[in-house]
Amino acid sequence: SENCIFPGESWHCLLCISFFSDSCGLYNVPKIKKRLYLSQAPEFIPPENSQYDWIGPPDPVSNLRPIRFHVAANESTLEKHLRLFRQETEEWNQKFWATQNSSFIKEKEEFITSCLKAEGLGLKDENGGKRKLSAEKMAEFYKDFLNKNWQKHADYNKEWYKRNITITFLMGKVTLQMFWKRRYTSDRSWYLPV
Amino acid sequence: MYKPSCHRMTGLFGVCLFQGLENVRYSRNLMQLCKQAQPRWGTFQHFTFLKRLYVTKMSNGLCQHAKPKQEPLGSPLLERPHLAQEQTVIHHVQQIPAISQDPSTVTFSSEEKKEENISTVVSEITHESGEVKQWKEIRVHLEDLPGIYARLSKIKLTALVVTTAAAGYIMAPVPFDLSVFLLTSVGTGLASCAANSINQYFEVPFDSNMNRTKKRPLVRGQLSPLHAVTFAGACTVPGIALLTFGVNPLTGALGAFNIFLYTCCYTPLKRLSIANTWVGALVGAIPPVMGWTAATGSLGAGALLMGAILYSWQFPHFNALSWNLREDYSRGGYRMMSVTHPALCKKVALRHSLALIGLSALAPALDVTTWTFPLISLPINLYISYLSFQFYRDSDRKSARKLFFCSLWHLPMLLLLMLTCKKACTSKEDTLVTSS
Repeated sequence: SENCIFPGESWHCLLCISFFSDSCGLYNVPKIKKRLYLSQAPEFIPPENSQYDWIGPPDPVSNLRPIRFHVAANESTLEKHLRLFRQETEEWNQKFWATQNSSFIKEKEEFITSCLKAEGLGLKDENGGKRKLSAEKMAEFYKDFLNKNWQKHADYNKEWYKRNITITFLMGKVTLQMFWKRRYTSDRSWYLPV
Repeated sequence: MYKPSCHRMTGLFGVCLFQGLENVRYSRNLMQLCKQAQPRWGTFQHFTFLKRLYVTKMSNGLCQHAKPKQEPLGSPLLERPHLAQEQTVIHHVQQIPAISQDPSTVTFSSEEKKEENISTVVSEITHESGEVKQWKEIRVHLEDLPGIYARLSKIKLTALVVTTAAAGYIMAPVPFDLSVFLLTSVGTGLASCAANSINQYFEVPFDSNMNRTKKRPLVRGQLSPLHAVTFAGACTVPGIALLTFGVNPLTGALGAFNIFLYTCCYTPLKRLSIANTWVGALVGAIPPVMGWTAATGSLGAGALLMGAILYSWQFPHFNALSWNLREDYSRGGYRMMSVTHPALCKKVALRHSLALIGLSALAPALDVTTWTFPLISLPINLYISYLSFQFYRDSDRKSARKLFFCSLWHLPMLLLLMLTCKKACTSKEDTLVTSS
């Protein structure tokens, strides 16, 4: 266990072993790409024959649903641009909301702890459950949080509107392109992006 | 960081190590379990033996919900490790800087953390097949479309809007024309569908973060943004055309203005200023005015009175609703009176509840209703004012909820009483005939 990061923590040692067992070729683990920005979503690989995008369960921190974008075999430049832009927007959104939600939770707990400390009360009540503050007291925190983050929210909103409209516009262009391809060429390998 | 001797460890060493762990009895069945591994575990073979070891030990549920997890406390980087080895190890490596940077936020002892990790890994494992099933193809099935469109257009709210427009039409002092009435109702309904769709289109990430709105179609990926916009366009064009060409241009203009007000003013303002509530109240007030102008062709005092009653009603309704959603609004970045100016929120709700009594008394003065109306509407108006006063005084969840639910039946009741007390339009027609 002295070879591991946390000596004495056999659980962590186990994981070191499993990691390096893989590098020894003991387990055939595929290299899984890690999602960016604190995302805890397990990786999902859509079925090979699917021609559509896939949407997953909400991320536990950001509450946003991740999307796996389908890469068409004969993807045009426009389609690729749309897909990459949507991917980038998803990651930007994920980053904002994961940071926002986790800082909200963290600041809320700090507020509760400091209020309870000021009143001379412990974190747990008589029954051992977490002590809660009254709604009025919590409202002070909610107001403060909102006011503190006004500029950040305003900037995010502006950027989100721009990105959302751009994506919709690009989707419109891609749809028109597909109709054109279907109508005027022999290319029948298209699907209507809904 | 990892010493080279780690590389020399074999599977046998791994098994021996397991025997040193808590659940010794499971290691004996190790090989058996691996052989009996279900096909669905095949893709996670690198973790199979670990899963079997702990799967019967713990049973914690993993809930997927939009509310941020209240536990564990502190940084979300302390949350459960992943199934994949590399990810798990990477997470553990990442946890070190998080712990060293913010020691005050780490409220768990190492034992509790270990138990947390074990229980969350198990819950991950037992639910990971469920999570994989939660991935859905973004593909529209025609049989689902009506339901999806209903949710996209907030059909219940649209129905309420059409009801208020219909009430405005019926209250107008003109003979009832069924075709114009139907055209007005359908046109207003389509305009409302369009406005609600655009609202949902703009609010996807915000809706994902609030419990009340997390099941909306765009949030769940049942429709693409382009589809939602196309649907909105497909509702706006016939809706406004019906109102403009089938009814009169004034009603059409009011409908178009209302869509603009809702989508381009109210929706962005929700995150910039508390003025959004007043704009939203105006949006709610316009449909009965549209109903009146559809009947008479002009903006009379009666139209403005109907609008004023709906305007005043919005405040006790919305302020009470928003009182219990303060946490969600704060986290989502919505600027509502209930969060930033709570005293104003309560005062405005009370003020406008009392205004309803005054406006009901004004109705007979403007020849909209008979004098019976202020009398028979007094009980319900007094009741909602009383609940507003209780909300003003107590400012708790219970009084807010009571006021909100009261507002839901108060409006239909008030409109119904108004209809029963409508001033007969025959006397007016006689006056017109004699004067000409």
